[in-house]
Amino acid sequence: MAFAAKQPIGAKVDVPVVSGEGSSEIVLSVQAVTKKIRGRSIIRGISFDIRAGEIFGFLGPNGSGKTTTIRMLVDLIRPTSGEIYICGHQVQREPEEALRHVGCIVENPEMYSYLTGWENLEHFARMQKGIDEARIAEVVEIVGMDNRIHDKVKTYSLGMRQRLGIAQALLGRPKLLILDEPTNGLDPKGIKELREFIRSLAEQGMSLFISSHLLSEIQLMCDRVAIISKGELLAVGSVEELLSQRGAYVIWQFDDREAGVRILRELEHVSIVPEHEQHIDESVLALLPGAVITSMPPDRIAAAVDRLTRSGIGITAIQKVAPTLEELFITMTEGDVVE
Amino acid sequence: MSLSNLLPLVRNETMKVWKKKRFFVVILVLLVLIPVFTYAQMKVALNNRDKFDDWRLQLQQKITDYQNQLSSERIPEEWKQYRRIAVQQLQYYLDHDVNPDSPNAVTFSRGFVEASITMFIPLLVLAVASDLVSGERSTGTIKMLLTRPVRRWKILLSKLIALTLYVSLTLLATVVLSYLIAGIFFGYGGWTLPVFTGFVIHGSEVDSSAVHAVPQWLYLFMVTGLTWLSAMTIACLALMVSVLVRSTAASIVTMMAAIIAGSILTNMASSWHTAKYIFSVNLELTNYLAGSPPPIEGMSLLFSVCVLAIWAVAAIIVSFSVFTKQDMLN
Repeated sequence: MAFAAKQPIGAKVDVPVVSGEGSSEIVLSVQAVTKKIRGRSIIRGISFDIRAGEIFGFLGPNGSGKTTTIRMLVDLIRPTSGEIYICGHQVQREPEEALRHVGCIVENPEMYSYLTGWENLEHFARMQKGIDEARIAEVVEIVGMDNRIHDKVKTYSLGMRQRLGIAQALLGRPKLLILDEPTNGLDPKGIKELREFIRSLAEQGMSLFISSHLLSEIQLMCDRVAIISKGELLAVGSVEELLSQRGAYVIWQFDDREAGVRILRELEHVSIVPEHEQHIDESVLALLPGAVITSMPPDRIAAAVDRLTRSGIGITAIQKVAPTLEELFITMTEGDVVE
Repeated sequence: MSLSNLLPLVRNETMKVWKKKRFFVVILVLLVLIPVFTYAQMKVALNNRDKFDDWRLQLQQKITDYQNQLSSERIPEEWKQYRRIAVQQLQYYLDHDVNPDSPNAVTFSRGFVEASITMFIPLLVLAVASDLVSGERSTGTIKMLLTRPVRRWKILLSKLIALTLYVSLTLLATVVLSYLIAGIFFGYGGWTLPVFTGFVIHGSEVDSSAVHAVPQWLYLFMVTGLTWLSAMTIACLALMVSVLVRSTAASIVTMMAAIIAGSILTNMASSWHTAKYIFSVNLELTNYLAGSPPPIEGMSLLFSVCVLAIWAVAAIIVSFSVFTKQDMLN
């Protein structure tokens, strides 16, 4: 998979700097939106803004209301109350003006399987003014599908459908690109390429709204994140900001593990995190056999090292590890399961 | 809104039906069925030719048969009424020295369209109409379609226009193919043959004062026009069901049930008068041209056209108001 983002991809968004805090143009504004379906509250009053050039992560477990929210952003369903603006146009009142600035993939990139990739793109190009054949060829090149574009979509793999979906979304030079679980069906290499591709789109001024139930993905890709659970936003903020609310872990490795643990237990300000409460990336832990995970203020590390050394315990490694969003998430939702 | 806005959308919808190969299925079904009926028709013609040298004798024999049935006590009164009317009409043809069953390609086409109007043509219409919206919903493509900057009513309108186009094409293909195939066996003549129309039925009496002869090409044209009206009613209703029901199978079954119910009612419900307001009882518009008695008393061409128009308009109103407001949850 090769997202070759050489030429300009989206609209060049002029970024008018509003006086004051230097905040840029707001591309998407969601204001106190609620949705009730058959008397059940699915979305309970969510609000957030996305600015130009921003990669905005929308994180929540399956069934938390992510897709319902996305469907409301693109006028597939109507909010029960509240308002959504895209580039200043209210989505429900002026759908043509608002949706002109949006490219999206809702859930899976479902295209007409009995048409070729090119015919699909032509179909969607006809639904919007100012998209000529050259533009179609351009988006095909951007997603690197030149050699399969004239095959029927039913012969495509999920990854190729995903790319065709992105090509479709880019056709109208959108200011906002909405991707729902975009890494589904991609291999690790594809995911990495997609991440770089998304970055390059954002650098050109496009805003991206990316939903996911995978924390690591959002953490790697996004500037800001909103966390949703049971139809409510638990937090909105920059990824670093949210993570800094939690202390870091300090991971120890000793030549004599049991002796080391005994000493650590004696120390004030140090608590050993039991295994079931650890929320560290498993791939990190796999590289640290016999690691002892503690939670402690960083300024106490020197004292602890001193105490351990005096007791004759050999320290083979010490490292500080930031908690993942997962821990943040579990703390916020108090145990709502995410992957 | 200008036409130039709508044209690319209509092109999209037309292309999708075409690429789904729905219309090929329609043509294929016609190509299989028409030769079968042509063969059956040819057998009848050969059989008659063996028995009668002159079609006049054959017609006279038919009239005599019917008259004999009229004097029989075992035949229900309702049937007798049909027979009485038929006898008077056949007599009219005989008196004017016109063969109503002259075997030729135009007569066959006319007969084929007349026989197809209640079941076969509606079925072909359903092949195209039933998944216009439900198909996009079950495959999920509706999410791409409705998130483009085009208002929903325009999308549905473009589907309706494409559907109208395919209904017209289906009828055209039916007439043209039946003419071409039947011509191989019966010859391609019969365009100018006179056909009598304008029989007015009062109870069991036929008022032939308004009867006049039209050339068969004109009659075929009128038959096809009326069939188009009834096919479009089916198309509008199928579009509505396709908007309301998410699965294409459910949408076809619903429409077929309604059409079959109508044809059963047509045969048995002459005493249930309210049934005449059901759309599927009114589909057989061509009967009025031929002067057959209506399935329920009080029905006329104007009445049936109005009933069908009301159903069609109601279906369009429901389709648009639901489609433009509906939440696309999956």
